Amino acid sequence: MNKLSAYKGRPGSLALRIMVDLSAALTVLVLVALVGYILYKGIPNLHLDLFQWTYTTDNVSMMPAIINTLTITFCSLLVAVPFGVFSAVYLVEYAGRGNKLVKVIRLTTETLSGIPSIIYGLFGFLFFVVALGWSYSILAGIMTLAIMILPLIMRTTEEALKAVPDTYREGSFGLGAGKLRTVFKVVLPSAVPGILAGVILGVGRIVGETAALIYTAGTVTGVASSLLSSGRTLSVHMYALLSEGLYMDQAYATAVVLLIMVIIINAISSLVAKKVAGKAA
Amino acid sequence: MIERNVMDKFTINDLNLYYGDFHALKSVNLHLPAKEITAFIGPSGCGKSTLLKTLNRMNDLVEGCKITGQVMLDGGDIYAPKTDVNLLRRNVGMVFQKPNPFPMSIFDNVAYGPRTHGIRSKLELEEIVEKSLRDAAIWDELKDRLKKSALGLSGGQQQRLCIARALAVDPEVLLMDEATSALDPISTSKIEDLVLELKEKYTIIMVTHNMQQALRISDNTAFFLLGEVIEYDKTDKLFSVPSNKKTEDYITGRFG
Repeated sequence: MNKLSAYKGRPGSLALRIMVDLSAALTVLVLVALVGYILYKGIPNLHLDLFQWTYTTDNVSMMPAIINTLTITFCSLLVAVPFGVFSAVYLVEYAGRGNKLVKVIRLTTETLSGIPSIIYGLFGFLFFVVALGWSYSILAGIMTLAIMILPLIMRTTEEALKAVPDTYREGSFGLGAGKLRTVFKVVLPSAVPGILAGVILGVGRIVGETAALIYTAGTVTGVASSLLSSGRTLSVHMYALLSEGLYMDQAYATAVVLLIMVIIINAISSLVAKKVAGKAA
Repeated sequence: MIERNVMDKFTINDLNLYYGDFHALKSVNLHLPAKEITAFIGPSGCGKSTLLKTLNRMNDLVEGCKITGQVMLDGGDIYAPKTDVNLLRRNVGMVFQKPNPFPMSIFDNVAYGPRTHGIRSKLELEEIVEKSLRDAAIWDELKDRLKKSALGLSGGQQQRLCIARALAVDPEVLLMDEATSALDPISTSKIEDLVLELKEKYTIIMVTHNMQQALRISDNTAFFLLGEVIEYDKTDKLFSVPSNKKTEDYITGRFG
């Protein structure tokens, strides 16, 4: 780090330096304040009651919501990841350069990733809930979220595949391997860390989503007993608590759990990414 | 002159290659003898690497690449429609300019080729891996760390591993595309020694920027300029009494 005295006689540089430092400090401060406030308000309200297996208006348990969150996250990934990864493989490895279809697909995915989630919610409601007759169900929520994160998974996988050096592909072809083997044995494994980064982002979006879920998965407080029954995730649970205004303390406690959950998911994902990358590297 | 011989591994007849509108190889005629080392030399962009890549059809991967003429391997045209490209590449192995081991273990790198061609037995794979690494003169260095990642090796070791990987599918020809240009002198000399040994069993065709290297290890040398073969002869003859003025100018360092 440069000593401030090094900026003597150069006020422009000094001003810039101060601005840079200030921005960094402010950013960290906002983040720390936010997390700190949530923890401060939430932790005192964390009671065992909040983790009862069944929800009652008495205990305001978030346990069902946690379970629903895990189910919905897992199932959405189960749907979105294979589709997203395979589409990206098609775009990068199979479609020829300058292919018109590729341009259309890229444009579509870029547009889709910019759409507000409430639009996905509306679509999910009209299509899955009403047209397909699934009514409010976590299945409708899962499908809606899967569609929502599909462009994200696709884009990150595409970037990860593009980052795989062509020399790997040449090496494989040079040994007489076909396209399929080259893609699945050499290219995809090398791209796994990048793909996982996309999956982590996807998990983040799913866990934090409310708008796309309220009108698809619904807001039933219990654990969804089947894919066709309704259930709320933690974020939706929190939204409901806040909008009802009756359980503010519990809402803060829920926020703490949500925060910790996201941190744990990120930690696990990066651990897995490191493991895979370490195995590959 | 090098006499044509029925034992020639490759015979190239009137080969023209275009990248889009660019005429990269112009009417190339060459015959490359079996179990000898043939070097392609010439300045950058002269088409020597391009020609090398036509010999195992790696140019197929380049979009807009068009080829006319004939490339015969043991008398069969490798550009005939019925040619199995994967089988061709198995018979004509390639070592690249920059070492390109796959991001997997040393063992898996060498076993990749045999596995590709259907060998599943662990015992058989172990034998092939050991034999290939021995042939590439790197077994002693690597035998205790076969499970370790290949990316942890030095550049020279990586390149010899890549040679072992190419040998593991039991090819007849080894194409080397400036295989030592990214390596230090000691690694380079190890690989040169190795290539001289491999000549007993394999036909070796190498592209090199290093004329000393061509002189040191090759039997025949072809000199390329702007997509044409200017001169092709026994290496000692080409370097001592070149018959073409351009060859002489190039090997004496007047250009290139």
